[in-house]
Amino acid sequence: MKVVIIGCGKIGRTVLARFVEEGHDVTVVDCNDRVLDEATNVYDAMSVCGNGSDCNVLKEANVQDAELFISVTDSDELNMLCCYLAKKMGAGHTIARIRRPEYNLNSLSFLKQQLDISMVINPELLAAREIYNILKLPSAVKIETFSTGNFEIIELVLKGNSALTGMRLMDIRNKYKAKFLVCVVMRDRQVYIPSGDFVLREGDKIGLTAAPSEIIKLMRQLGLETKKAGNVMILGGSRTAYYLASLLGRDGHRVKLIEKNAETCMELSETLPKAVIINGDGAQREVLLEEGLDTTDAFVSLTGMDEQNILVSIFASTHKVPTIISKVNRSELTEMAGNLGLDCLITPRKIVSNVLVQYARALENSMGSNVETLYELMEGRAEVLEFKVGADFRQANVPIRELRFKENILIAGILRDRTPIIPSGDDVIRPNDKVIVVAANRRMNDLSDIFR
Amino acid sequence: MNRRMVLYRVAQMLFLEAAMLVLPLGVAFLYGEMKQALAFGITIVVSLVAGLPAMTVLKPTSKLIFAKDGFALVTLAWLVMSAFGAAPFVISGEIPNVVDAFFETVSGFTTTGSTILTDVTAMSHSMLFWRSFTHWIGGMGVLVLVMALVPPESGRSIHILRAEMAGPVVGKLVPKIKDTAKILYIIYFVITITEVGFLIAGGMPVFDAFIHSLGTAGTGGFGIKGDSLSSYSPYCQWVIIAFMFIFSINFNLFYLMILRRFKPVLKNLELWVFVGIVFVAAGIISVNIYPLYGDAGEAIRHAFFQTVSICSTTGYSSADFNLWPSMAKSVIFVLLFLGGCAGSTAGGLKISRVILLFKLVRRDIRKMSHPRSVATVKLDGKTVEPAVVSGVSTYFAVYMIVIAITFLLISFEPFGFESNLTAAITCCNNVGPGFGEVGPMNGFAAYSYFSKIVLTFAMLLGRLEFYPVLLAFNPRMWLKK
Repeated sequence: MKVVIIGCGKIGRTVLARFVEEGHDVTVVDCNDRVLDEATNVYDAMSVCGNGSDCNVLKEANVQDAELFISVTDSDELNMLCCYLAKKMGAGHTIARIRRPEYNLNSLSFLKQQLDISMVINPELLAAREIYNILKLPSAVKIETFSTGNFEIIELVLKGNSALTGMRLMDIRNKYKAKFLVCVVMRDRQVYIPSGDFVLREGDKIGLTAAPSEIIKLMRQLGLETKKAGNVMILGGSRTAYYLASLLGRDGHRVKLIEKNAETCMELSETLPKAVIINGDGAQREVLLEEGLDTTDAFVSLTGMDEQNILVSIFASTHKVPTIISKVNRSELTEMAGNLGLDCLITPRKIVSNVLVQYARALENSMGSNVETLYELMEGRAEVLEFKVGADFRQANVPIRELRFKENILIAGILRDRTPIIPSGDDVIRPNDKVIVVAANRRMNDLSDIFR
Repeated sequence: MNRRMVLYRVAQMLFLEAAMLVLPLGVAFLYGEMKQALAFGITIVVSLVAGLPAMTVLKPTSKLIFAKDGFALVTLAWLVMSAFGAAPFVISGEIPNVVDAFFETVSGFTTTGSTILTDVTAMSHSMLFWRSFTHWIGGMGVLVLVMALVPPESGRSIHILRAEMAGPVVGKLVPKIKDTAKILYIIYFVITITEVGFLIAGGMPVFDAFIHSLGTAGTGGFGIKGDSLSSYSPYCQWVIIAFMFIFSINFNLFYLMILRRFKPVLKNLELWVFVGIVFVAAGIISVNIYPLYGDAGEAIRHAFFQTVSICSTTGYSSADFNLWPSMAKSVIFVLLFLGGCAGSTAGGLKISRVILLFKLVRRDIRKMSHPRSVATVKLDGKTVEPAVVSGVSTYFAVYMIVIAITFLLISFEPFGFESNLTAAITCCNNVGPGFGEVGPMNGFAAYSYFSKIVLTFAMLLGRLEFYPVLLAFNPRMWLKK
């Protein structure tokens, strides 16, 4: 597919990398020559230097032939203008990054309609949603929901005292009687699709699928926290923090937000009347302790600096805060932070590229079985996809045990008329089902890709 | 330095060369040349065996390629390719001496067209075909062809493209490197076949038509007659002139024309400067040599043929310009340096560099009179990056130094100043003929082995635009760090 990306900043580059990896023909436009040089040295893409709102530049980037046009520059207005121009020149689908709350709250649908933008992405809002999901179930390090919200996949880290360590997967299922499936395990940075006799160990990160109610049931049985985090302390008054605080406030969480800049604090106090806004330097331990780090249920570090987020989070973990979430944008730091014991990391640009890749894959096969949802699991080493089964699905009504799957692939769930089914060998896939598939170390575009 | 990946790529290239050798093998069978067929067969088998370990046992663990790996890879690939390419000549005994055979093959792959043969007509058909086919392979670059056929393992393959393709800036036509390489080779192939058609239509024998088309396409210049193209009809000579010109135009322009985007083509400064140089030079030479031929049509034809041949760095000739008056010879001497457009198969300094050098001179002279002036160098309406601009002047310095050193190294040869100097220049620019002893009707046979080796390296340096070879011969490159 021909893709044009405007803006080669942090987000643009991540998106570029993902799309090149997916095998698309990518052209990237930026006004900084050096950034483009660096990017095209590493990724197999073409670059055009210039302003994305300049028609000649767009023409040079062959926008008229592009099936997907993504504008992710720093400026919302520029993104909107680029998308508008690209659409007028004949681009297929346009996606704009629009971040300012003003646009997102009130005028978004009007803007989308008037400018003919296919999708709006707001990295900060997406990140805030992801954090919000985790705070609803603080024992998990990641929660993703599938369409209609009747199915969830969560990531858990097995701590030393967990009841699951040392158990075989088939025994777990018999013992707890809950309808769930451990579908992927990460151990020592290796990802496994486990079979029934796989034995769990301390430190494993496991992904399990189940209906939301079953997850709560299972957590209770395991003695894990199932209540949502009541008190949340947020460090840094970024846009993500704003979105997160307003999401949490609407849901009755008590939010405390610490921000260094007095002016930002003023603005936040205007827009977030429910939250407690503290003007102070979150890097100072006195400030954190005074504001009750010891008693808070969750600590979310959202400053602009990855290093500070990591360090303050480590400090919070020494004070036994039950849930700690830190925003880390640079991938090399993600790994380091993981080694330092921080399980729950949020990478906004990865979330964005996931959303975009999902959109592109759905575009690619607009016929037959469709990718409805796509998430990355286990730090990007595995993917979980939701497919809609077409009417012409060839393997329909064949028991799963008789299907021949490719390696490292697992059917993690079936949704039939909104009823979640944890598949066993006897279950079948029927047309109009939604199938959730976990794949480690490989990518899929179509449901037929999973069979040999 | 990712040595395994470099070896892997070189092995891939060797496999491809083995596949290429099947063509002359076919020609050998066609003309019943069994001894030559055996030589090609042996070479094919040996290159497959030699490439096998790197493709299997030593498979690279990491596929990352950085800029310096690209340089090292290209140099190594060209050396290996030339060594294996020379083997059939040695095995068949047609060029028994190893140094001679290596010189001839490098001259072929680098599209120079300088020869050590004293009697070309004594060669067998299949060897002549292979000799000219090396021009075609080397013209666009063999690693580019590898990339067109094999999916690149990492996006960083752009470094290979950059190291092998000539010109100050190497860009892609389409986002994917594989598709870019494919498009370039398709354009290359189609134009070559078109030329074959035109030549056959003009009554040239089929074999000759193929040989000369391959030679023109790579802007190489190996012929099959002692007097190059003098004995062919004026029509054939005009066809060759036209195609030598076409192959020295930037291939990106052809792609733009296919896309029906004519405006950037018409506004391409390099193209028009090139056209201007050709017409002015040919005009001066025509007037200068008119008394020699006494016929305007013939004088113009010879003038254009020699001008385009030298400018495109092909090196075919329709007349012996050694016998021309000194004015015409001087013009040709200057043309030896210039070369064709960037992004074509032509060698030399490249017109775009010449343009940039002139713009640079103008800017710096202005700066002397207005010390505070700020000026950017522009080409085709776009600002040329400062790094590229300074790169061009450095390139020019390296280019001159290499020519000077080559000239000094071969200066002990007893052929006089003119011959030695033009031999050095013609090899560094991949043109082919020079003046005097190395004129269009003679060759490098009389030079000593030492000089032949020096000139062989000069050709390689010139084709790969100096830096890759210079860097690859820096031992520090190959150390682990």
